[in-house]
Amino acid sequence: MFDGGFLTTQLDKVIGWSRKYSLFQYPFVTACCGMEFMSTACSHYDISRFGAEIPRFSPRQADVLFVVGTISHKLSPVLKRVYDQMCNPKWVVAFGACASTGGFYDNYATVMGIDRILPVDIYIAGCPPRPEAVLDGLLQLQAKVEGRTTGESGLVQTSG
Amino acid sequence: MAPEELIETIRERFGDAVLGSHTAHGDATVVVTPEELRNVCQFARDEPQLRFELLLDVTAVDLSKLPEWETRFELVVHLRSIENVAILRIKVPVGEEDPRVPSVTKIYPAANWFEREVYDMFGIEFDGHPDLRRILLYDEFEGHPLRKDYPFDRQHPLVPLREAWTPGIAWKLEERWGQYARDRGEPPA
Amino acid sequence: MLEIVENRQPDVHQTPAGDEIPVDMMTIQMGPSHPAMHGVVRIDLKLDGETVVDSDVHIGYMHRGFEKMSELSTYNQVLPYTDRLNYVSPLINNVGYVLAVEKLLDLEVPRRCQYLRVIVSEISRISDHLTCLAAMAMELGAFTVFLWFIKAREYLWDLIEEVTGARLTTSYTRIGGVAHDLPKGFAGQLSKALKDTADCIDEVDGLLSKNRIFYDRTRNVGVVSRDRALSHGWTGPCLRAAGEAYDVRKAVPYSAYDELDFEIPTCKEGDAYARYAVRMEEMRQSIRILKQAMAGLPEGEVRVGDHRVTLPEKEQVYHSIEGLMNHFKLIIEGVRVPPGEAYHAVEGANGELGFYIVADGTGKPYRCHARSPGLALAQGLSPTINGSMLADIIPVFGSLNYIAGEVER
Repeated sequence: MFDGGFLTTQLDKVIGWSRKYSLFQYPFVTACCGMEFMSTACSHYDISRFGAEIPRFSPRQADVLFVVGTISHKLSPVLKRVYDQMCNPKWVVAFGACASTGGFYDNYATVMGIDRILPVDIYIAGCPPRPEAVLDGLLQLQAKVEGRTTGESGLVQTSG
Repeated sequence: MAPEELIETIRERFGDAVLGSHTAHGDATVVVTPEELRNVCQFARDEPQLRFELLLDVTAVDLSKLPEWETRFELVVHLRSIENVAILRIKVPVGEEDPRVPSVTKIYPAANWFEREVYDMFGIEFDGHPDLRRILLYDEFEGHPLRKDYPFDRQHPLVPLREAWTPGIAWKLEERWGQYARDRGEPPA
Repeated sequence: MLEIVENRQPDVHQTPAGDEIPVDMMTIQMGPSHPAMHGVVRIDLKLDGETVVDSDVHIGYMHRGFEKMSELSTYNQVLPYTDRLNYVSPLINNVGYVLAVEKLLDLEVPRRCQYLRVIVSEISRISDHLTCLAAMAMELGAFTVFLWFIKAREYLWDLIEEVTGARLTTSYTRIGGVAHDLPKGFAGQLSKALKDTADCIDEVDGLLSKNRIFYDRTRNVGVVSRDRALSHGWTGPCLRAAGEAYDVRKAVPYSAYDELDFEIPTCKEGDAYARYAVRMEEMRQSIRILKQAMAGLPEGEVRVGDHRVTLPEKEQVYHSIEGLMNHFKLIIEGVRVPPGEAYHAVEGANGELGFYIVADGTGKPYRCHARSPGLALAQGLSPTINGSMLADIIPVFGSLNYIAGEVER
């Protein structure tokens, strides 16, 4: 019973399950998307229902990096450094069109998506995304944290 | 004070230093020589009947893509008189070789960051500015992006960029960088 | 991120007893990734103990090339970029931009449209002040205020969503009018939302205005006199808090502001508390304007009928070749604006928001420059905090309402 790694896989499941409901986020808020981030965090949409309400402004204490808004080339070293300072395991959410792809700021100043700088786990679409979309992205991330994903696409398994 | 009167007052005082003027769309506009810019600003601020106390804005225009132009740049200063509720636009022609104008920070301290922005975006230097360095961009940035000959998407990354997640985007970027190299006459990488 | 840098010469500090002790100056970087710096401002501070001796404010971490992008877009395509200038009150930016273009076109829009622009601008202004004060209070530790004001902001954003279809990035105005008329039953929704918002403002007034902690941390902190404010180029609530009753809505009335009755609140002290008080009162005045504008909303068209400027109705586009070509030309080539230059200012939430546009006769702006009130406010930050305590930076910075999209464009 204990030979096939049963205990470790079950333990992983328990750890994953407990992690997903206590995500401490580091909001790297720069631009317009921050307004929707505030809305999501406050009482109307209430992100604390999903266990992710505590922002940690120290990268050492955070599990998930929310990159909220446009990242310009001038800011990119800061973002890289914050990411490097976070402890493993860590996840990154690209919040909104600018963080995901650069959005319509396709010009000299803007990084065309933070995935040019760091690996990204979840992309939330929208300019800016509605709070419902943010919560959906958070649920997707929780599924990923728990390990219920397949392949490189990172899509959530719907069954099981 | 009507815009026409305003221009007349300045013309009376400065004569030939006023290169041109118009009142299109209700804004009084005077074009003055770079040498007289400070004096015009001083006059506009201190003259009791003008009292342009508030410097709204300093910006510039790159004229080189217009059908007709004489000097490459034009510095534009907007002043607001709170008492008279008037706007005065002062324009100064700036040449392409060694673009340089006198700074008005001594008269209007508010011009400080606006002039830094113009320096950053157009490369126009301001004589007598206390702290002329880039403000919106970074020191590693080459060129001045609001000049018309600067390609809108030539980037100067500060951290090494990773491979893009979407192959399509990577391909598009590679093609663009190659295009720049050809524009500049560099051999393809 | 704190970074302690090698010090230069030790300065001498005098204790109350008269002894002289050498003191090392400490250089600290505050930001850009600091919760109170809105993620995008870095202040290099030189500290003597906890007193700020010198400061250098670095901005530009959110510069994203609005002016370059607008040179590549047709006149109507610039509108989405203007949303993202001051993203807390995007509708005021929309209105300011189209007014500048209409000034170049010498275009007079219908009365109903002017009233609609006033209504959406004032809703935006309230939401901007709510956000500013919410963030300022939160940074000073009053988290309840943050929750309550964001709740009130949701009431207003629901209204904005009803009108424009988007919560935040609205792009509601068009050159020569607005995108569409108000939805049915809007008057009732507006009055209910305004009542809820006014209740919330009153609640926070009771909670915060006489709160000892908040008062002590903002009163006589970051004092800027009227002359100094003007010399920094300040406008808007920060200038009015210093005693100068300058408001573009009164000084150079645009749209329908000359027909509406409202007051310009001012304070004399010019400190962070005065800026808070002015913003609180301005929200009440905006509610007053909204009630009048809604009551006096005239009937009629919301766009000019000139098809060189506005798109034809969908009926015509699908059923007549003229309508189709008209639509095609306007979308592909853009509105042709005659050569010239114009500056038009509106009263943004932070002060005079002006657009300076140079047209060359084509469908794209040759140069589109936004005079942002925030850049002037930000350049006044460093002289204001020099000589104050380290902890005073937070209320001063909060009361200036630094919106990166607008300052750095």
